[in-house]
Amino acid sequence: MTTTASSESTVSARALSRSYGSNHAVREVSLELKRGEVLGLLGPNGAGKTTTMQMLTGNLAPSGGEVDICGIDLIERPIQAKSRIGYLPEVPPLYRELKVDEYLRLAGRLHKIKTEALAQAVLRARNRCGLSDMGGRLIGSLSKGYQQRVGIAQAIIHEPDVIILDEPTVGLDPNQIREIRTLIKDLGRDHSLILSTHILPEVEAVCDRVQILHRGEVVFNDTIAGLKQFRGGQTLQLGLRNPPSPEDIGRVAGGAVVDAINANLFRVHPRGGGDPTDELVRASVERGWGLFQLQPAQTSLEEVFVQLTHREEEEEEKVSK
Amino acid sequence: MIRTIIAKELRSLFASPLAWVVLAFLQVILALIFLTRLNFFIINQAQLARIPNAEGLTETAVLPMFGISSILLMMAVPLLTMRLIAEERRNKTMTMLLSAPVSMTQIVLGKFLATTIFLALVGGLITLMALSLLMGGRLDYGLLAANLIGLLLLAGSFAAIGLYMSCLTTHPVVAAIGALAVFLVLWLMNIATIDQSSPIHLFSLLKHFEGFVNGTIAVTNLIYFVLLTAVFLILSIRRLDADRLGA
Repeated sequence: MTTTASSESTVSARALSRSYGSNHAVREVSLELKRGEVLGLLGPNGAGKTTTMQMLTGNLAPSGGEVDICGIDLIERPIQAKSRIGYLPEVPPLYRELKVDEYLRLAGRLHKIKTEALAQAVLRARNRCGLSDMGGRLIGSLSKGYQQRVGIAQAIIHEPDVIILDEPTVGLDPNQIREIRTLIKDLGRDHSLILSTHILPEVEAVCDRVQILHRGEVVFNDTIAGLKQFRGGQTLQLGLRNPPSPEDIGRVAGGAVVDAINANLFRVHPRGGGDPTDELVRASVERGWGLFQLQPAQTSLEEVFVQLTHREEEEEEKVSK
Repeated sequence: MIRTIIAKELRSLFASPLAWVVLAFLQVILALIFLTRLNFFIINQAQLARIPNAEGLTETAVLPMFGISSILLMMAVPLLTMRLIAEERRNKTMTMLLSAPVSMTQIVLGKFLATTIFLALVGGLITLMALSLLMGGRLDYGLLAANLIGLLLLAGSFAAIGLYMSCLTTHPVVAAIGALAVFLVLWLMNIATIDQSSPIHLFSLLKHFEGFVNGTIAVTNLIYFVLLTAVFLILSIRRLDADRLGA
């Protein structure tokens, strides 16, 4: 992001796999992250985001593949590698019986912060996460939003090179989400950050790069600009009073994939990023389809998936031909 | 690093009323026994003085406390150890320890030592009560020391077994019941045989603890408790590692 950010690689994962019996939770996932970069891991529930993060933080041993944190092999030298990671799991690991300050001191000590520097580190982490007045409060009595902040504070107290946040904004109200996003952007300036989410706009708001996981495999890996461009092959919502079969619409739209929403509404996913609006309007007038609606659909994450999975199928077809 | 974990465990122990209740309960029972036995000794002092090799003050007033506390510990330790791992798993706080630059061995040893230190407090309370007798009498220090060492070793192996049981489950109650079951089996094992040379005696907790109660510190008894503790600590470390590897 900034010019001071060197091209030094902080996280490098190669062909990570994890299977539970015959069920492959994560297959051949590779990640590369540089200092000052924010990577978004996107995917529906059960896509393998959490499993991937657990492997990156040493909570789960991969069945195959390697992880390097700042050039240190996580599997061979876990202690050294882990000291460079800050991790906020899906459920913040909070000891409810402790006060915020006590808890942060514990987190600091576990990460080998020297006693002299501890008070300073606790203060800094607390201020950074908007917990300035909460030092004396019992964690169990805090609201969900504040507990989430304590979780983030715990992950950044030792100024790690790599910060890994698993769904940091889940269960927060819109205001809190905005604050956490600002915090994430702020952290992303001088740390490497990986965050997982299933909310597409969130990735666009804070990340530099995005990897989309689907059924344990990376189906998309590009910059945010690339993602926007990809979404630019815009899905159209089409309303027809006398609709032909979806296949006919698809043929007119240059081989687009067409889903029927109901008898009269269709979703058209153009092939190869083209824009078949003109063709659709012309065909509708000529053949009397009774067009009453034609608009770019809000691309939700599901649609990105539809596009991605269809693209894969197309590629498979090409290969088989 | 182990010190950090010990401090954390002791703090959560004393943050819950359980630790205080257990300590208070043990103290009340032990003090009652102590006073009753002391009373008995004072009343019968004149007669005892006439019998050669009669029981002394230490045997009469102090030893029963050690004997009873070993049984009380058997019931109290499961309550103290059940939460060690099971509750961390349940509350998902285990992740914090696993993500920190701490080895599994340090986590297990930290938790084990914290529990043992807590249990040593019980031994400390008994010793203090015994020492109060110095105001008007004399104690057999050798016998007292042997009993104290025996009790600490017993507490250590109870803590290790309880810790391992807590590694096996996410339900603290299941861990507590499991630990109690193992203690009972180890404790009562020797009832299963009347043959004095049966190998079952080699494994019986009671047999090995009796040595210390009689005032002898036999190497075999020492080794028995150290081994028992070590085995369950290693099993705990292996069990937690297996979690990470996900069988």
